[in-house]
Amino acid sequence: MTRPTAWGAGRAVVIFGVLALLPFAFPAAWLVDLGFFGLMYAGLAVAWNLIGGYTGYIWLGLIGFFGFGAYALTITFQHTSVVSFWAPVGALIPIGIAAAIVAVPIGLVLMRVRGATFAVVSLSVLFIAEICASNWTAITNGAAGMPAPAPSIAAANFNRPFYLVMLALVALAMLISWYMRRSRIGLMLFAIRGDEERARGLGVPTLPVKLIAFAASCALAAMIGAVWAYYIGFIYPIFSFSPNTTFAVVMMVYLGGRGTLWGPLAGGLLVAPVQEYLAYTFGNAQFYLIGYAALFLIVIRFLPLGIVPSIHQAWLRRRSGEATPAPGTLPAT
Amino acid sequence: MHLVLYGVVLGVLIGGVFALMSSGLALVWGVMRILNLAQAAFVILGAYLAYTANVTFHIDPFAAILPIAVLMFGLGVGVFYLFYRPLRAERSTLSILVSYAILLGCVGILGSIYSTNDTFISPSYVLDSWKVLGFEVPIVEVVGFAISAALVGGLFWFLSASRLGRAIRAATQNPAAATLLGVRTDLVGSLGFGIGTATAAVAGAIYGMIYSFNPNSTLDLVGILLCIVVVGGFGSLSGAIVAAVALGISSSLVFVYQPVWSGLGFYGILAVMLLFRPQGLWGVAQWRVE
Repeated sequence: MTRPTAWGAGRAVVIFGVLALLPFAFPAAWLVDLGFFGLMYAGLAVAWNLIGGYTGYIWLGLIGFFGFGAYALTITFQHTSVVSFWAPVGALIPIGIAAAIVAVPIGLVLMRVRGATFAVVSLSVLFIAEICASNWTAITNGAAGMPAPAPSIAAANFNRPFYLVMLALVALAMLISWYMRRSRIGLMLFAIRGDEERARGLGVPTLPVKLIAFAASCALAAMIGAVWAYYIGFIYPIFSFSPNTTFAVVMMVYLGGRGTLWGPLAGGLLVAPVQEYLAYTFGNAQFYLIGYAALFLIVIRFLPLGIVPSIHQAWLRRRSGEATPAPGTLPAT
Repeated sequence: MHLVLYGVVLGVLIGGVFALMSSGLALVWGVMRILNLAQAAFVILGAYLAYTANVTFHIDPFAAILPIAVLMFGLGVGVFYLFYRPLRAERSTLSILVSYAILLGCVGILGSIYSTNDTFISPSYVLDSWKVLGFEVPIVEVVGFAISAALVGGLFWFLSASRLGRAIRAATQNPAAATLLGVRTDLVGSLGFGIGTATAAVAGAIYGMIYSFNPNSTLDLVGILLCIVVVGGFGSLSGAIVAAVALGISSSLVFVYQPVWSGLGFYGILAVMLLFRPQGLWGVAQWRVE
């Protein structure tokens, strides 16, 4: 589709360079912690965007795979007492591949429906996963939770390596997202978003293309979930398969700009620290929920187009004086 | 065999209550193309209102149903004008996010007013049961089923016979044409939304006498209600009712044999339905949902 431009590559190097230097410039543990969650949500948002943004399917089961990854890592290392930091990191790739394999049959069932039905059915993937994790006590220890592998690393700056691993995953997610946009796959996905029947009529193999994007999205979510489990050290079904996380990710993508390359990253990095800050301030979970609901409603009410498309439009308008795209259309920035 | 029949009877009774809960969801989707996840929060809100009426004001929960319905109708109309009417472009997708935020807010508010512990609406007769054909059937489930069935029947009559009901159906089938013919779609939509909210709350008051609940029960209910609507065929009222009863029976049967996995009974039916009839029982294949 398009070749990598010097401007685009430069932008990526600068952004990821700054993100990589942050934990060294601001080594305070709580800041690196905020950064870790910012990156985690950014990565999930980029993964969600592969389906929700590129094909327009409202995919609400992503966190089912996040939890899958978390449990896969924890179960794999449950009998290993002390591990080197890198052993679980090395397991990320197999976990991603396993998630992609699991995703294919699930995708085959899900892709039989569209629109709001897809949204509802994909949400039930999350609920089913949660029920399995809570009740299949022989494997997951049920609601009592499981301890994740504990790495033997120095206490000072202990969360910096986790931050960097998560950053690498976000970079991988962005690379996949960018590659899909510029390849034939991206063109076909956008055609599906525009009008699926017409795309099929024109010879787009809609099901395989959707499944590729779906498997990539699930694999990324599972890898991110595995790093999350490794970082927080103990996982419970309700936190691993939380609908709150799901909808937070969707909201971040809408805030950043659905279907854009950089929008989901921006949305995740902006909202996740606010969310964590709310959690710190309102120690009381109830006030946190109310505050978060308010944030959610404000975001949707006032930024339906998303940050990146809004900036892009303002830039276009300044350059050409006129010519704004019709409201409601998604610019392909 | 006796156990199976007993499971079926209880399943039908509870299915009737679920039918009342999900009928509002189907109606609101049908009329306004709003996927209202907050329906589950309205159910639990109704349960808490009945609880307060019973504990604080000593009103019988069944008698409290009427004031709760009126109150929640007003709340529904208000919520519609405040949060859903501003959504123009992509209403069906954005409504999923908005309604989830409302759901979260409700869970937070309910949790800070009441605690997050389980509660139970317990009028004096809550543990009594009638003996029907050799089955011990709890009174609250029988009366709750009767009220639900009457209300769902009333909803059908209202939609098919009354003037407002016809306006609602017109707005469902073709909003543009209905507007041209003088139907004020926003007003009609808000009334439809209010009705959906009121029925959810009434079903919640009954639900709270049959099951214990806490603010987080909302999340369990969301999954169940959405399953019912999908299996029934999106937006179809009759489909939702049949699906609710079928799912009530299946989950109570699974409960008899495998209590741990009864939550999956609903989803099993959903998966089978997707494989063989993705549009749902009564649904029309909707390949062009906006």
